[in-house]
Amino acid sequence: MPATCQNEGRQLCWSLEGEIDHHRAQNISQALEREISLRLPQSLELDFSRVTFMDSSGIALVLRAHRLMSELGGSLTLKAVPRQAARVLRAAGLHRLIPMETR
Amino acid sequence: MKPINSAKIEFLSRSANEGFARSSVACFAAQLDPTLEELGDIKTAVSEAVTNAIVHGYPDQLGRVLIKLRLFPENLLEITVQDWGVGIPDIQQARQPMYTTGGEERSGMGFTIMESFMDNIRVRSTPGRGTVVIMRKKISLRTRP
Repeated sequence: MPATCQNEGRQLCWSLEGEIDHHRAQNISQALEREISLRLPQSLELDFSRVTFMDSSGIALVLRAHRLMSELGGSLTLKAVPRQAARVLRAAGLHRLIPMETR
Repeated sequence: MKPINSAKIEFLSRSANEGFARSSVACFAAQLDPTLEELGDIKTAVSEAVTNAIVHGYPDQLGRVLIKLRLFPENLLEITVQDWGVGIPDIQQARQPMYTTGGEERSGMGFTIMESFMDNIRVRSTPGRGTVVIMRKKISLRTRP
């Protein structure tokens, strides 16, 4: 499993781990999408605390989560984003779109 | 200009090699004593260039991807990522932020990341013959404690 998940009420916390690149992004994205359609959360928190690397594949992943949560009328937040991943997200301007807590 | 040091890494365009490629380049760059941030920038830029070669260079087949690394005086690192795939018909369009032919899985930010994380980048491509991306970054000279 590329990611683990905990659920409290309509809040979904999804923990990402390891290196997020093109090789892994599709599996992670599909698993996350399944979880969202199963639980229909009002808020989704993507936890980056165990992410060791992320390239632009992560931008597509975050944008997809953002779109799915918008469709549900819910919110998305990014938690414990490491410096390297934060630089990638900022280069795409995502910090202006999605609340992001860095570590 | 003659390089002080050089290396070549060649692999098949399988996505499993993306991690191998960026880690290998990071190992080579380690001799310049880069900061963690510089090392992260290099790994990210290499990941983007290699992913482009794998996804866009060889969309329907496997092919060779070659990384050439050259180290020049004053801590200048040059990274060349080359493929012999389908090539890019319009490089200017491909370099536009958010432009992608890769569908929802891709963000179209690959070239933008390479441009912002490296000092400069040159792209040469011929449709039907392949693509070469040459990136340069000067690593800050640090005084060791």
